[in-house]
Amino acid sequence: MSIRNTLLLAFCMTGTMLATTIAVANVQPPVTATNAVTEVKTVQAPTKISSATDSKQNKKSVSTADHSKFDELQKDFKSGPEVTTACLECHTEAAKQVHKTKHWTWEYINPATKQKLGKKNVINNFCTSVTSNQTFCSACHVGYGWADDNFDFTKEENVDCVVCHDTTGKYKKLPGLSGHPNYESMEWPPHSGKFREATDLTNIAQSVGKTSRKTCGSCHFYGGGGNAVKHGDLDSSLVNPKHYLDVHMETEGLDFSCAKCHLSDSHEVSGSRYAPTAVDTDGVLMRGKADGRNPTTCQACHGDTPHKAEHPKLNEHTDKIACQTCHIPEYARGPLATKMSWDWSTAGTLDENGHRKQVKGSDGRTLYDSKKGDFTYDRYVIPEYVWFNGDIKYTLFGDKVDGEDLVKINEFLGTPGAPDSRIWPVKTFRGKQPYDVGNQTLAIFHTAGKDDSAFWGNYDWDKAIKWGMEAAGADYSGEFKFVETEMSWPITHMVAPKEDALTCKQCHKKEGRLEGVEGVYIPGRDANPWIYKIGLLIALLTLIGVAIHGGIRVYMHKRGE
Amino acid sequence: MAKRIYIFKRFERFWHWSQALLIIFMMITGFEVHGLYTLFGFESAVGFHTTAAWALITLWIFAIFWHFTTGEWKQYIPTLNKVDAMMKYYLTGIFTHAEHPFRQSTLTKHNPLQRLAYLGVKLLINPLIWFTGFLYLFYSSWNAWGIGWLSLEWVATLHVIGAFMMLVFFIAHVYLATAGHTATSHIKAMITGWEEVD
Ligand code: HEM
Repeated sequence: MSIRNTLLLAFCMTGTMLATTIAVANVQPPVTATNAVTEVKTVQAPTKISSATDSKQNKKSVSTADHSKFDELQKDFKSGPEVTTACLECHTEAAKQVHKTKHWTWEYINPATKQKLGKKNVINNFCTSVTSNQTFCSACHVGYGWADDNFDFTKEENVDCVVCHDTTGKYKKLPGLSGHPNYESMEWPPHSGKFREATDLTNIAQSVGKTSRKTCGSCHFYGGGGNAVKHGDLDSSLVNPKHYLDVHMETEGLDFSCAKCHLSDSHEVSGSRYAPTAVDTDGVLMRGKADGRNPTTCQACHGDTPHKAEHPKLNEHTDKIACQTCHIPEYARGPLATKMSWDWSTAGTLDENGHRKQVKGSDGRTLYDSKKGDFTYDRYVIPEYVWFNGDIKYTLFGDKVDGEDLVKINEFLGTPGAPDSRIWPVKTFRGKQPYDVGNQTLAIFHTAGKDDSAFWGNYDWDKAIKWGMEAAGADYSGEFKFVETEMSWPITHMVAPKEDALTCKQCHKKEGRLEGVEGVYIPGRDANPWIYKIGLLIALLTLIGVAIHGGIRVYMHKRGE
Repeated sequence: MAKRIYIFKRFERFWHWSQALLIIFMMITGFEVHGLYTLFGFESAVGFHTTAAWALITLWIFAIFWHFTTGEWKQYIPTLNKVDAMMKYYLTGIFTHAEHPFRQSTLTKHNPLQRLAYLGVKLLINPLIWFTGFLYLFYSSWNAWGIGWLSLEWVATLHVIGAFMMLVFFIAHVYLATAGHTATSHIKAMITGWEEVD
């Protein structure tokens, strides 16, 4: 073959190669070894039409036991503990199991920080503290009768089985009744003129079944004192959500219950706000792999590299950012607004007649209440983003608060860029609340109760704080002030459809979503200003140089003619 | 009547123009990824840049192969011979239509300055872009390759430095393409293969 022909051949080959490369470049991602092993198909709803019928069939998981036929339940139950006693006749170990859980103890020792947490111990910046307010707060305790420190946590019949296992939707523990539902007809809400019928315990006991979004939601959707108030990613719109709101719980689609992710064992429900799993690189959690992993993470089902081959770049993000960061682009994406701030310092102002004042916005939401102070709300909220390694440090009762600095009620710990941390979306709730100036601690105060010290009856801070501090075993110094506080909540529910996930550009630009988040190089955000300025300058000088050179050439040429 | 000689073979011309297009395209998309402006949109820019990167790599592999099988690589052996004359020509002679100090031939198609410049591109700019771009592309494999300690910021910054060097080269190169026997003779040569010489 002559050189010419060889070249011709090479030429043609290059052409073909180029064409093929261009064609395959996009489909041939740089697949890593781990990629290949752990790539998982997301649990795919089959095509819409069949999915509706399929999942409907799956959903009706029918129990083998009809509780309405059990002799033990053919009784006229007069109280919750009576029902529980009946439950325990067959479910002999159930109460013992519940006694070990956070749902019961409201206490959790963080193994990393050794801090004593749990609802019983933490002060938040909503209703602030359980201490001295148990009769109200225990409406969300899985027990009966927790009114004060004398509550017997060892009594089995004090466990409330039906609050989680009710299927009628008619069981409701009311604030003020120390964890009991109303056994007699009762005006509710107070002073509304409306009455709740006595709870039909017999019917409820005979209808028990699995937990549901409604039962979990009866507490978890209403945290912070009302629907959607606390979390921003948990509210009653999740009882019957559309695809847009939550791809997993969509009633017409996958129709997940809470327990689908929050798998439980011996009544211990997985998933924790006190010690969340911020990083999960172990791939899909296989059945039988009883390795103590948290089954509620995204990765437990989707693995760490879940994106399809057409988008190889996306999987390269999982070493730095939590799934939630892109896939929950906003929180409170449902019909309900979430509370964003609570200023207790303005509470207690009464109208000219000395009566409680309530100011409502045009949408009916309370903006001011003499009992509580000022509120703000928001919907479609863009989260704040923090590096998070799963450890959270709390400012607990007794921890020093000097009133000068903003108090971080909790702080998400993490090291920017470190392999043990990821960038997480959080809801940060801000407010003002009282602290005891002399004792330099956040104050515990008595909000609700039928006594002369409860703030909600008497609007007297000093009395309320004195009572609260004493209930916590401390002496009130006699002086309080308000301090700014802030508390964060991980955003992890209400996962949006993939079309609604963040687009590249939302972070890959200046002043994008992750503006100010250190420890990661983001192309498009982090152009080194020195380099591009000097680079552009040199390019510009070159351009000017050749322009001058060319100009002289043209000029001399013209002159020569 | 000027003399014409055949300088650029068919592959060479194909290589030159496809490389030119690719590099222009890579600069456009690359600087968009860098955040200097919005044109295709970040996501598309990344996609285009990646596709073009594979094409360019392929082209370079072929070009390297070609240079060695044809012996054309010798065209880039640096020489200082007449460099000063060339400098002087560009600084003065070119304005007065002085005689070009260099005579093109099939065996020496680049003048000594060109030789140095192209060698610089081939030994410095291209490898810099290549190497850092390649690392950038395989970011997710760094741990598996045992180079997890590398910083993306450094790799990207070096890549960008390479890109700016390429931009500067590009501007000068395009201009000097007009500095042949006539303003268009070099350009015609790269299209037809035939260069007019004195
Ligand atoms: C003339 C050629 C090229 C120019 C001018 C160029 C320019 C650029 C620039 C300015 C960036 C933005 C960097 C940043 O802001 O972090 C970039 C990104 C990138 N370049 Fe190049 N590049 C060229 C060739 C290549 C080649 C040959 C490769 C692969 C071997 C490559 C791979 C990449 C990759 C992977 C990115 C990052 C895109 C991303 O964000 O994922 N480039 N390029």
